[in-house]
Amino acid sequence: MTDAVVEPSSSRAANSAARARMLRAMLPALSFALVVIAIAWLNPRAISYFGFSLMLNLAIPIALATIAQMFVIASNELDLSIGTFVGFVGCVTATWLRDAPLVGALILLGSIGVYALLGALIHLRNLPSIVVTLGMSFVWQGLAILTLPTPGGKAPDWLSAIVGFKPPFIPFPILAAIVIALIVHFGLMRTSYGAILRGSGGNPVALGRAGWSILRVKMTLFALAGLFGVLSGMTLVGITTAGDANIGNGYTLLAIAGVILGGGEFVGGRVSPIGAVLGALTLALAASPLLTFMKIPPDWQVAANGVILIVVLAARVLISRRER
Amino acid sequence: MKKLLVLGALAALLSSGTAMADTSDKKIAFSNNYAGNSWRQAMLKSYEAVTKKAVADGVVAASDVFTTADQEVPTQAAQIQNLILQGYDAIVINASSPDALNGAVKQACDAGIVVVSFDGIVTEPCAYRVVVDFFAMGKQQIEELKKLHPEGGNLLEIRGLAGTSIDEEIHKGILAGVEENPQFKIVNSVTGNWDQTTAQKAVATVLPSLPDIVAVVTQGGDGYGTAQAFAAAGKPRPTIIMGNRQDELAWWKEQKEKDGYKTWSASIAPGVSSLAFWVAQQVLDGRTDVPHDLLVPYLAFTQDDFEAALPNIEVGSVASAEYTQEDAIKAIEANIKK
Repeated sequence: MTDAVVEPSSSRAANSAARARMLRAMLPALSFALVVIAIAWLNPRAISYFGFSLMLNLAIPIALATIAQMFVIASNELDLSIGTFVGFVGCVTATWLRDAPLVGALILLGSIGVYALLGALIHLRNLPSIVVTLGMSFVWQGLAILTLPTPGGKAPDWLSAIVGFKPPFIPFPILAAIVIALIVHFGLMRTSYGAILRGSGGNPVALGRAGWSILRVKMTLFALAGLFGVLSGMTLVGITTAGDANIGNGYTLLAIAGVILGGGEFVGGRVSPIGAVLGALTLALAASPLLTFMKIPPDWQVAANGVILIVVLAARVLISRRER
Repeated sequence: MKKLLVLGALAALLSSGTAMADTSDKKIAFSNNYAGNSWRQAMLKSYEAVTKKAVADGVVAASDVFTTADQEVPTQAAQIQNLILQGYDAIVINASSPDALNGAVKQACDAGIVVVSFDGIVTEPCAYRVVVDFFAMGKQQIEELKKLHPEGGNLLEIRGLAGTSIDEEIHKGILAGVEENPQFKIVNSVTGNWDQTTAQKAVATVLPSLPDIVAVVTQGGDGYGTAQAFAAAGKPRPTIIMGNRQDELAWWKEQKEKDGYKTWSASIAPGVSSLAFWVAQQVLDGRTDVPHDLLVPYLAFTQDDFEAALPNIEVGSVASAEYTQEDAIKAIEANIKK
């Protein structure tokens, strides 16, 4: 966490704040464990190598999209286009990247560049990111439909091979989640430039006075969001084996919920990569396997999905209130 | 003693042999991606009515329905994976995407699960597809219009949920019909999402910019909304193809009584869900000769017979037909002959 240095009024207050912070860092892991325990109780069969591979493999693209959203939220912005962007990447992956890998790779690199430019535009013109990215969401959706007017295409074989990889003992999705969380955690939380990146959300004025270019920082953060959006779209298509222009639309809100559930805040550059990955996994498990295993009557399933999300997120809010 | 053992083993083998061709211990799940319109509601109702009876009669052990919260592909893929883990023997699917669920469907097949898709079908070869001939339904619309308007004219097309195989097939059928009958010309197309309100809004938006329209080709669930849009704009009422919905047929009846208004109505019967259920049951029963692609006809009403069907349709619902086990066997036989 990147709390600005606060003068502790007394050591007891500092202690309780530290405890609350600890609790908050533990919360994503705690809620994840709770959901897994609930699933184990409802359907013991699911707690196995095969079970986790099945339940969590679609959580990996959600985790990657959540990391993408986290980079944007770290600079006090919101990205409402990440879902359709993932869909667009999926369509490019299922068509160009397979048929003409070079062109496909160029398109994907170019789209990361577009993301960086969006960051610049939002910063330079001081535009609300919600408006800019909402507009972009329609652009990505349109481009996706242009690339792949009807669902289809096929994931490149090497991609299917990667996501179909079966490591010994640890299911692939869990391994992938650990790798993603650790890499981003190290990069954003443990390096000095990572601190600068988070600072753009914490105290941009101070950062600017210290001589850092906020423009470059924003562009970097948005480019990183684009990069992880690309990774998300590619893994998603690797898993589903074919593209569909509407495939990622639900990811926008899931990714925001994942960041918040993972201990992030909308403002102040307070984000946690490990928490975000855990948050994404929790949401993926709570929304689908838990719901399926509870055998709720069909008329109530849609509502139950929403209730589960609210309960999970409410627990998070309760704890952060205690912190204040 | 030894003989007895052998006999016992033989008996056990025989009894397990018969158990294989029995589906009373099998569980069938239904994975549905959308429940938000009258057609889907009727589909779920038909399915529930037929499968509840099947469970009560001991034909299958369990039949559960699962609807996803949104129309998203990954959500349904995850749902299918969960159903695999739940240990179902067969999964009936109304799919959100023809291709993008193939990964999950393949996993189900590999786990030894029978997968039967209908309405929104999946292309994975290991799955079964109960397909209504949507292409023919689209093409027949133009044929019917030719009878009413031999001189041809401008058409407005209402499209369905973009990106689905159903929308694509009906659209292709309509285009094929127009190609054969060049006196008709599609001057504009809007997206109605098989939903009256959406269709009404979409049509109202384009109406002022349109030339005179002789007829509207539709996909069902959008005819009444279209009619409302024309009425609200004060434009002359074109021939609007209907889609077997109660409000559509009621409007048609009203117009027919007023001035002999003529049109045609067709849609897939929501009860086709029950046909898919019986196909799954047949495969579980040990039938190995079931073709993976089963073509079943659509349900159409003409000027002469729609009024007879109207009283049987609940308000807000759609004309349906529920299928029995015999119907499924008949459909399978008919498709084997082809």
